[in-house]
Amino acid sequence: MDEEQTGEENLRMMGRLSHLSGPQARDRARELLKRFDLADAGRRRVSTYSGGMRRRLDLAAGLVDRPSVIFLDEPTTGLDPRSRQAMWQVITELVGDGVTVFLTTQYLEEADKLADRIAVIDGGTVVAEGTSAELKKRVADHRLDLVLADTRAFDVVAGILGNRVILRDQARLTLGVATDASAAHVRALLDEVDPGHRAVRTLSLHSATLDDVFLALTGHAVSAEKETAHV
Amino acid sequence: MSDTFADSRTMIGRSLRLTSRNAEALTMSLMLPIMLMLVFVYLFGGAINTGTSYVTYVTPGIILLCAGFGASMTAVSVSKDMTGGIIDRFRSRDISGAAILAGHVAASVARNLASTVLVFGVAFLIGFRPAAGLVDWLAALGILLAFILAISWLSAAAGLLAKTPEGANGFTFVVMFVPYASSAFVPVDTMPSWIRGFAENQPITPVIESIRGLLLDTPVGSTPWVALAWCGGILVVSIVASAALFKRRTS
Repeated sequence: MDEEQTGEENLRMMGRLSHLSGPQARDRARELLKRFDLADAGRRRVSTYSGGMRRRLDLAAGLVDRPSVIFLDEPTTGLDPRSRQAMWQVITELVGDGVTVFLTTQYLEEADKLADRIAVIDGGTVVAEGTSAELKKRVADHRLDLVLADTRAFDVVAGILGNRVILRDQARLTLGVATDASAAHVRALLDEVDPGHRAVRTLSLHSATLDDVFLALTGHAVSAEKETAHV
Repeated sequence: MSDTFADSRTMIGRSLRLTSRNAEALTMSLMLPIMLMLVFVYLFGGAINTGTSYVTYVTPGIILLCAGFGASMTAVSVSKDMTGGIIDRFRSRDISGAAILAGHVAASVARNLASTVLVFGVAFLIGFRPAAGLVDWLAALGILLAFILAISWLSAAAGLLAKTPEGANGFTFVVMFVPYASSAFVPVDTMPSWIRGFAENQPITPVIESIRGLLLDTPVGSTPWVALAWCGGILVVSIVASAALFKRRTS
């Protein structure tokens, strides 16, 4: 966007370049500013905008000519929590209006919240695809976190579990492993890793997050992830 | 084609708005003519003998220097567009390079005609008394317009060539100094022979000589045609080069 034009001037310019008439471009600009919570800032120069406001104006500029498909590349990266919430709200509304949104993100929480369909990309290839629920089911519904007695126990149990570990937190002596949360499975797991009943101090069950899915699917920390939201 | 025309109008509006808000460049382009005029007339002028009052001799030179410098700023604004994200937005809407560059060039012409009016104003205040009739005035302004147009397009090409806006700024520097090696400030025959060859045959000299001759109502002979030929040549080459460079930059 042009830093030295106001938000409204930028949007009107984009409207004119999309071959709207002068009044049409003006109306569309005002409508978008209002919708993106920029109505008050519309007459200020873009150079005075915060990061979140710029991001919203950027998205608004892409919507001037009412596209039916829109690609968003990490739209919330670097935004503060409130701006991120506002951006999520806007994207949800877009989807509600019937726009197909392709969105890439590093934040698995974001994909979980916004996407109808998710594709997980690791090292350039799609390693899994489906709805959030389907993906979580592929790994397991839940994660069992074991807090170990000491570092020796931590190493021993980590050795037994091998690549089944989906969360490894050495500082807290915690290891996470996928489970269906049935008593039988949890009991079997405990018997397997801690036959002496001394290594595991406490345990907790969590609903699986997409982070768990990613770790389980790729075997290493989050590096890239892609999400697509269809209507 | 009608799209390109409508888009050009939008882009001209944009460039004019951006120009009017760039306080730094605006101050510079308004201050420069006034400062140069005062420096040359009152500081150097007393020591330079041109056979006429020095303010009368130097006014066309200052106008040309300022217009050339102002036009060369086009390089910086074009380069900013090409290196910023905005070019992708324009491209995604299928805006032609012609429309984008036309916006910059038109804004440049408007800006520099304004600074020309300013130079004339200051010149009149400190004693510039041209002897030209209406036709001579129109002819002089026509040549000046052709010059501004040519340098603006040349600058657009330079802006497309430069990798960064800072690099493009270097071009304004060159344009700013070329007029010194012409008849803008001192008669060419006072220069050493090795530079005289350049000064006599570079495009700025015929442009200045035509404007000066027309305004002072002295015989100009074929000089205006030589000046127009230079401007036309620069214009054609620059537009062709800009088209090729724009294509390369955005492919």
